[in-house]
Amino acid sequence: MSRHRWELAVEMLIEWVIRLCGISAIIFVFGIFYFVFREGAGLLFSGRFSLAQFFTNIEWYPTSQSHVRYGGLALIVGTFSVTVLAMVIAVPFGLCAAIFVSEFCGPRLRETLKIIIELLAAIPSVVWGFVGLTLMNSVIISLFDTPIGLNVLNGGIILALMSVPIIVSIGEDALKAVPDTYREAALALGATRWQMVYRVLLPAAKNGLLAAVLLGVGRAVGETMAVLMATGHSVRIPTSALDPVRTLTATIAAELGESSVGSDHYQVLFIVGILLFSITFVVNLSADLIVRGIRGKA
Amino acid sequence: MATKKIEVTDLRIAYGAHEALKGASFDVYANEVLAIIGPAQSGKTSLLKALNRTLEFTAGAKAFGTVKLDGEDVSQIKNVSELRRRIGMVAPLPVGLPMTIYDNVAFAPRMAGMRGKEQLDELVEHCLRHAALWEEVKDRMDMLGTKLSGGQQQRLTIARALSHNPEVLCLDEFSIAIDPVTTMRIEEVLKELRSQLTIIMVTNLTQQAHRLADRTMFLWAGEIIELDRTDVIFSDKCANRKTYEYVNGIFG
Repeated sequence: MSRHRWELAVEMLIEWVIRLCGISAIIFVFGIFYFVFREGAGLLFSGRFSLAQFFTNIEWYPTSQSHVRYGGLALIVGTFSVTVLAMVIAVPFGLCAAIFVSEFCGPRLRETLKIIIELLAAIPSVVWGFVGLTLMNSVIISLFDTPIGLNVLNGGIILALMSVPIIVSIGEDALKAVPDTYREAALALGATRWQMVYRVLLPAAKNGLLAAVLLGVGRAVGETMAVLMATGHSVRIPTSALDPVRTLTATIAAELGESSVGSDHYQVLFIVGILLFSITFVVNLSADLIVRGIRGKA
Repeated sequence: MATKKIEVTDLRIAYGAHEALKGASFDVYANEVLAIIGPAQSGKTSLLKALNRTLEFTAGAKAFGTVKLDGEDVSQIKNVSELRRRIGMVAPLPVGLPMTIYDNVAFAPRMAGMRGKEQLDELVEHCLRHAALWEEVKDRMDMLGTKLSGGQQQRLTIARALSHNPEVLCLDEFSIAIDPVTTMRIEEVLKELRSQLTIIMVTNLTQQAHRLADRTMFLWAGEIIELDRTDVIFSDKCANRKTYEYVNGIFG
């Protein structure tokens, strides 16, 4: 009898531990948001900071002695330009590679490719930054005849290379999750391989593929070290892909160490953090809504 | 003698070291209904899959011997899609493709290049009526095919198999997921279809073979024990004692 009770207690304990682990994710997210917000809130509501200026002005002089200006527009445009370029390259490339690995290549080549792609995903971002700083830099200089090769193009390509492995491996998982019976049914009805992929597989796996793309976007938006090294780190609105830019993340990474804790400069960097947090939140939320929308209609 | 639609010569099928079919030779005549009966693991499904080369989906499966469709060796056919349109297949467990009911039925014709909306509409209705499903789904053609009940999905797969206007229709235990009333309705449909195409059906219900088939083949452990007119197979005049015991439920 007591043995039974003991087992029941252990059961309860395990259930609670698991429940706690599940809830902790929510606690952490809100915790992070709270602390980032708390650090930035002081300046945000002080009157020395204007949101309108932050979103419309391109002048970022947070340490100026005479006239401090917190114009974040150039940083926002910088982040978006690099991310968009990276996605334009990485999404088609990643999805096609996922389709190839999952549907068209032989088992031996598939295993080799998967190992190499996973290896690619494991390369630290600072190494990618180094590739951008040295190799890509000289390639772009000689190819486009520009004085310096650290720019949107460089950062976009590096970010694309970093996002592709994620898109490929998650996209491949999504395609593999489509039951084989669908493939066989489509082929048995006289569809060719490509018709089967296009008409049956992609619609069936669209949620997973969307998740793959958005995780790629997430990586590109949040990436810091590689873009810091590859984009040239110059605060300006780019007019072409060959202009250097500075991103939100790189600004935080480069300046936070130099600002004194609690100063206006320190606080404005946390406001940048709040903005980044909001961007990823909106991306994830809209992805969720899109996926739900697709399901609802179906 | 009726014309030979399919000629199978010494067909052997192996999954690695395991031999599922140990040399089968038989003919299928045009516009007949041939039933294949036999216990599990007797090679019935493998035999069907070898006909339209869907066996190729199974890794490690190999077929030897020849299968001829209208005198042409199917292993030599370059356009496999074309072959699979000529020999339609209905799987035992229904697989509604993840698209609307309409698109499910219109899938194969579209893959074959049919585009006209009216033409497709007409064909879809025709096929769904033939599969005894039209009345139940005509007002919700935009619903996902996968949301239908099991029995409805099975009829959807039959409609789909008819959609590419096959010359031979292979049914692999089509009644496994549907109720007796629907089964009878589909059997009526098959009787009507007999004038237009050749039907090969694998079934575990020996009475179904009795009701529908012109000829019946009894497969056991990968070998054809007996193939004869259905009335002979189901009488006490059948040649092999095993056949008699199987159809009369003495073993199996």
